[in-house]
Amino acid sequence: MENLIKIIKRDQPSRTIFFLTPVLAIFLTLVAGGLIFYILGFEPFEALKFFFIVPIADMYGFSELLLKATPLCLIAIGLSFCFKSNNWNIGAEGQLTFGAIVSGGVALLFYNQEGFYILPIVILAGAIGGMLYASIPAILKTYFNTNEILVSLMLVYVSKLILDYLVVGPWSNPEGFNFPETRQFSDSARLPLLAEGLRIHAGIFLALAAVVISWFIFYKTYLGFQMKVSGFSLKTAKYAGYKGKKMIILVFLISGACAGLAGVGEITGPIGQLHREVSPDYGFTAIIVAFLGRLNPVGIIFASLIVAITYLGAETAQIFMQIPKYTGQVFQGMILFFLLASDYLLFFKIKFIGSKK
Amino acid sequence: MHKIFIRSFVSSLVFLFTFTVASVAKDVKAAFVYIGPTGDHGWTYQHDVGRKAVEAAGYKTTFVEGVPESADAERVLRQLANSGHDIIFTTSFGYMNPTNKVAKEFPNVKFEHATGYKREHSNVSTYAARFYEGRTILGTIAGSMTKSNVIGYVASFPIPEVIRGINSFTLAAQKVNPNIKTKIVWAFTWYDPGKEAEAAKALIDQGADIIAQHTDSTAIVQIAEKAGVYAFGQASDMDKFAPKAVLTSVENNWGPYYVDRVKAVANGTWNQKDTWHGIGDGMVVISDLDSALPADLKAKVNQLEKDLASGKVHSFTGPIYDQKGNLMVAEGKTADDGMLAGMMTYVKGVEGDIPK
Repeated sequence: MENLIKIIKRDQPSRTIFFLTPVLAIFLTLVAGGLIFYILGFEPFEALKFFFIVPIADMYGFSELLLKATPLCLIAIGLSFCFKSNNWNIGAEGQLTFGAIVSGGVALLFYNQEGFYILPIVILAGAIGGMLYASIPAILKTYFNTNEILVSLMLVYVSKLILDYLVVGPWSNPEGFNFPETRQFSDSARLPLLAEGLRIHAGIFLALAAVVISWFIFYKTYLGFQMKVSGFSLKTAKYAGYKGKKMIILVFLISGACAGLAGVGEITGPIGQLHREVSPDYGFTAIIVAFLGRLNPVGIIFASLIVAITYLGAETAQIFMQIPKYTGQVFQGMILFFLLASDYLLFFKIKFIGSKK
Repeated sequence: MHKIFIRSFVSSLVFLFTFTVASVAKDVKAAFVYIGPTGDHGWTYQHDVGRKAVEAAGYKTTFVEGVPESADAERVLRQLANSGHDIIFTTSFGYMNPTNKVAKEFPNVKFEHATGYKREHSNVSTYAARFYEGRTILGTIAGSMTKSNVIGYVASFPIPEVIRGINSFTLAAQKVNPNIKTKIVWAFTWYDPGKEAEAAKALIDQGADIIAQHTDSTAIVQIAEKAGVYAFGQASDMDKFAPKAVLTSVENNWGPYYVDRVKAVANGTWNQKDTWHGIGDGMVVISDLDSALPADLKAKVNQLEKDLASGKVHSFTGPIYDQKGNLMVAEGKTADDGMLAGMMTYVKGVEGDIPK
């Protein structure tokens, strides 16, 4: 008896499959998720409904989805600059945190002042903070040949410790009984809300602008072309005479700025102060978003919405069905797992052949 | 205006749920928001034990675990308030601002925030436990049982709650043994078994033969068990994790308070309060004493527990001096709650500085 299935290498990665695998990955995640619910003793369709439909069934829920997706989208757009060009920035969470620290510090300077000029300064400070922090792995990579994965990842923990130090010590609210949090920012340092009663804020426009600008850079500029070539083959890029170092630093700076802005959005949007937990690991989750969106700006919009709903759904499922909230993370993990697994189909095709006895 | 706007956005689905819940039973429904997993055997675990007591008293409960203190807390609170819960307990300090914000939008829902100080609306109460009373007991045991006169203490964050615990512990230990020193290692976490274990090892290396902790995992007592030194359990009775090492534990007992408050909502007698209960009210419980304690020490500890409960003994009775020798509390006086709430200086006998 011979093999019934034959695996054949493709001559060219399939373009259709390239955009179909994320859909396949989501489908498989839903099937596997339903199966897990079933094994745990929950009615699978009911559970999936509470996970993916109920949380966004009203205007408020939908606004919360956008609120959650905004930082994910923004960071993932930034990361796609790095990932497209073979630069593995794993430290967006640190860049977000440092951006939040710098912009928060500026916002605290103006804590008892109002004025139209405050918010732009605060936003700019956040972008600069993120860029500064991203420049560390970039410079170490280009001039000292260090591994950017390790450096950027380790710097995440450094940034969180700096934030801890500041909110516990010098920046803690003098009227706050030494609890680890700063004063509340003044209204002028807060991003304007889009509707009263909802938390969705003007930060969403930053994310949308990032989508448009990145699309333009990726597909219409020389830099985008350079990034693409470097992504396919570093040797080719060198042979073509591209100035690799400059590009590496540039993509890290863009990525850091986006993560820093995401940090600004959190602290000047829904939170309104600095404390120890400005982000529930958006910087790491955005890596899943970037890949699920195929490093394509439009794809990233959809991916950020899908991943955002796993957060919301996990809360709803626990409130209404007592499903442990950590299943949200299981879903995020499964999406990435199935995506990477189905990427196999990009390079290989499976052929079914009749059995021969 | 704010409220009307929010209400207008309540979905048909969520509304349907509120409706079904309301029509099935008119009982009071309580919700609990947790910072960690219910299986941490520390802070969250004990709150969940309290929640189960509410269930046992015949009320329906809901909980959401692992809610970060980021922007997410507010959404979870709003969803709970929107889905037919009459009273919501938010069990971590970082939920303070979101709790007050959501409370404003839902004046008919009662909110109970643990360990905070803001009660901006009449439907917000705060509650905390006088854990420092338990630490007076631990200090008495530690001062009596140490041979090296070096006592290790793994601390979480330099906030008054933790400083108060260190001081109360050290004062009690000094009372029975004036030669002791308390060495502190700051873990800068409430729950991180890896970091806590490292801190405990460092203290044992520095000669500590008893380790106290103000973090939540069972890692420290397990390290102590291996190293052959003594330790104290935190939040729950940790004896089963390290039977030889654990001399006793200070248990957080939230059940009676939770049942009381939920009942008050049911009877319509709930009102805003700032609760700070200790051993006397049963919010702080001392676990069984280990057989390693000599009989006379056991008797002494039992008496001390009774005296703390009755108020005959106060953990902070003068004279108390700070590290530099300045008088903090005069002889015959006790520290008032205001001083305790803002306590940010070490007493004499604690080594090192408070991280700034």
